[in-house]
Amino acid sequence: MHRIYRSHILICTGSGCPGAPIIVEALKEELIKRELENEVRIVQIGCPGFCSQGPLMIIYPEGILYCEVSPDDVPEIVEETIIKGRTVERLLYEDPIAAQLVTHYSEIPFYKKQKRVILKNCGLIDPENIDEYIAEGGYEALGKALFEMSPENVIEEIKKSGLRGRGGAGFPTGLKWEFTKNARGEKKYIICNGDEGDPGAFMDRSILEADPHSVIEGMVIAGYAIGVNEGFIYCRAEYALAIRHLKIAISQAMDYGLIGENILGSDFSFRITIKEGAGAFVCGEETALMASIEGRRGEPRTRPPYPAVKGLWGMPTNINNVKTYANVPRIILNGWEWFSSIGTETSKGTMVFALTGQINNIGLIEVPMGITLGEIIYDIGGGIPRGKKFKAVQTGGPLGGCLSTESLNTPIDYESLKETGAVMGSGGMIVVDEDTCMVEFAEYFLKFSTDESCGKCVPCRVGGKKMLEILNNITEGKGKLEDLDEIENLAKFMEQASLCALGQLTPGPVMSTLKLFRDEYVAHIVDKRCPAGQCISLITFYIDEEKCKGCGLCLKNCPVNAISGEKKKPHKIDIELCTKCGTCRDVCKFDAVYTK
Amino acid sequence: MPKIKSLEELRKLREETIKSMRVRKSTSTKITVGMGTCGIAAGAREVMHAILDELEKRKIDANVITVGCIGLCAEEPLVTIERGGQPGITYGKINVEKVPKLIEEHLIKGDIIDEWVISRG
Amino acid sequence: MERKINLEKANEIMKKHGNNPEKLIEVLSELNSEYGYLPKKVLKQVSKFFDLPLSRIYGTSSFYTMLVTEPLGENIIRFCENAPCHVVGAPEVLESLEKELGIKIGETTKDKKFTILTTSCIGICGVGPVMIINNDVYGNLKPEDIPRILANYK
Repeated sequence: MHRIYRSHILICTGSGCPGAPIIVEALKEELIKRELENEVRIVQIGCPGFCSQGPLMIIYPEGILYCEVSPDDVPEIVEETIIKGRTVERLLYEDPIAAQLVTHYSEIPFYKKQKRVILKNCGLIDPENIDEYIAEGGYEALGKALFEMSPENVIEEIKKSGLRGRGGAGFPTGLKWEFTKNARGEKKYIICNGDEGDPGAFMDRSILEADPHSVIEGMVIAGYAIGVNEGFIYCRAEYALAIRHLKIAISQAMDYGLIGENILGSDFSFRITIKEGAGAFVCGEETALMASIEGRRGEPRTRPPYPAVKGLWGMPTNINNVKTYANVPRIILNGWEWFSSIGTETSKGTMVFALTGQINNIGLIEVPMGITLGEIIYDIGGGIPRGKKFKAVQTGGPLGGCLSTESLNTPIDYESLKETGAVMGSGGMIVVDEDTCMVEFAEYFLKFSTDESCGKCVPCRVGGKKMLEILNNITEGKGKLEDLDEIENLAKFMEQASLCALGQLTPGPVMSTLKLFRDEYVAHIVDKRCPAGQCISLITFYIDEEKCKGCGLCLKNCPVNAISGEKKKPHKIDIELCTKCGTCRDVCKFDAVYTK
Repeated sequence: MPKIKSLEELRKLREETIKSMRVRKSTSTKITVGMGTCGIAAGAREVMHAILDELEKRKIDANVITVGCIGLCAEEPLVTIERGGQPGITYGKINVEKVPKLIEEHLIKGDIIDEWVISRG
Repeated sequence: MERKINLEKANEIMKKHGNNPEKLIEVLSELNSEYGYLPKKVLKQVSKFFDLPLSRIYGTSSFYTMLVTEPLGENIIRFCENAPCHVVGAPEVLESLEKELGIKIGETTKDKKFTILTTSCIGICGVGPVMIINNDVYGNLKPEDIPRILANYK
């Protein structure tokens, strides 16, 4: 029933690789043309994480990795690799540090320091084929839980493992389950929070796309442990492919009787419904999310009561993040001792981060808790592009905070991040280099959070706007030193008086940049100067007479004719006319345009 | 799709599926088939299919890979078997009829068929 | 324009989902993609069908960014202005886009050909800056790419 092929060609068709479906089509055609369709199987996989090199192709049994593949490469790949067994060198990954070509998927430095527990199947199995998940040990944990463990045993196992919520706050998962189990209610629910909205966060999307069954299996196990028969997966509507894969996965699991009535012949039954969001960042907050499932505006309400006591339709509800559920089958199968052997004293297991921004290896990584920031940035991330210096990394999205060079040796876990003023959050890591203005960076996040405020409570709605006005003034050179005290005051109010985490954490990026880069704020206010040369109001463009060769490129490209000069002689910018668009700097081949 | 009614049935399904996924795992046995123009002309593709069928029938874990011409065109189809890190044994003029015996002797009994060997190591 | 709205399709969609209030967002989303936006006439019909006040229906429609209550242009450009794209050059690309079309974010061109909106981060940060036109995703954008891309839709 399962045909054996001599070779499998895996292509990442995750939504991070927009060009991949055309490659699949080209490959199908080529294989048919060469009568190889019965020998070589095309497997469409989810994201293996190495997004900066996509579209990716992995050819087994050799395990050859080809990067940035285009449809035009397909005939050559088939001719050389599939037929003649040779590698196409120009498509191999070149390690930027060792300047060497790397042939095999497993040898790439990007993967070496990772520990892939919940991403184990991502990039290995076909997410649209439940059999492949089962072949990798899928649903075995569910069977073990149902037939060899009591619901109490399961909760005990999760408690002992030390698993904490992967949505950001880090609440102990086993304890949360126990609260819901012990809460009184005629009906109870389980929700999977897949409303991943942080800019630069795509961990949950990738898992839902690449290994949807691991999340489903985790939810069914949670249902058995807590004594619940109904679950919802709330997923952003923007994640079209994740929703498609979830739907396929649920229907296949239903067909096999792995969800539905009498699972695996036991007397336990569990149903799962997918709920699509309609675009609202605040719906990632659990009470807002539940309001949205109920068909209302996604506005948060005060807690307590917590969802474990009064959740969906007023009933006890257990709500966990995608990654939390994905960890559950692994823990049940391998035991709590195994899980708690990974990580630090207080934070067990692994953490998945989405590495983005000014870093060489943009992508999805899974690392043991306790790894240092430096290892992530340099060993896995491959350092900062164009030889620039690392300046900071924003963790936890717009509601998080940043870490600077001082923290490069800090082992990362829930507690250490909190101490530095950043947060674990859901796992976004946005890296910026020395040319980034931290005031503008903070202003940018603040603008995001104030735009996303649902407007229900005053501290968030008004406090955020007020703080944004102050920051606007500072980046425009109209700031006063007293503004910094005012920011701190506002932040205190917002943290204490806002209804939900959105308002409470909105000041985060401002506060942490103010703590780490206070001198930059002061430079904007006192010297009316932007040290990174980014805040347009505070910079002026000049041409370095020594470097300028008089090629005329800037003159030709200036949209407002602010540049003058004779050919082969140094040019000049008329400051009065200049709109500071930066075109001259971009086009100059001699690095002669500078800002002050 | 029939429902899976017990943990045993789940495990059985898993055993069946694992085979089709084997190609994505490295095994200790590597079988290389020469697939240059010369090899294909001499019937290498049919030989490779026969090998795949035989491996499945005998439930043997092995990776089958293809290579281009190694210059011994007169001896095609060429099949090289490497096991457990040992140097490879290359057999020449393998045809579909010879495949079952080759798999039986070399991979199951562990005996090299000397008269078919054209190179060792 | 409002007068020409055919409610038959709307009734069909509502019937399919049923009038349980928890289905409201599903219904509105589907109506939104059917009509391109949520016309007042349709919202009134929804209010009747669910037996909920129009204010509740409108309140929900205006809360979610994927539901719109005004008609948009023929081609919808969703530009990503989120942090990972922002730090790799999105502002310059956006400027080029706005200049090319002569409109700002949230506006529609006079000929009703294009509307520029922002998209929340869809996590394809590996190829940023990114924009989506209708359902086509464009990555690794540079300001000079914009005229060529827009030409495909003119």
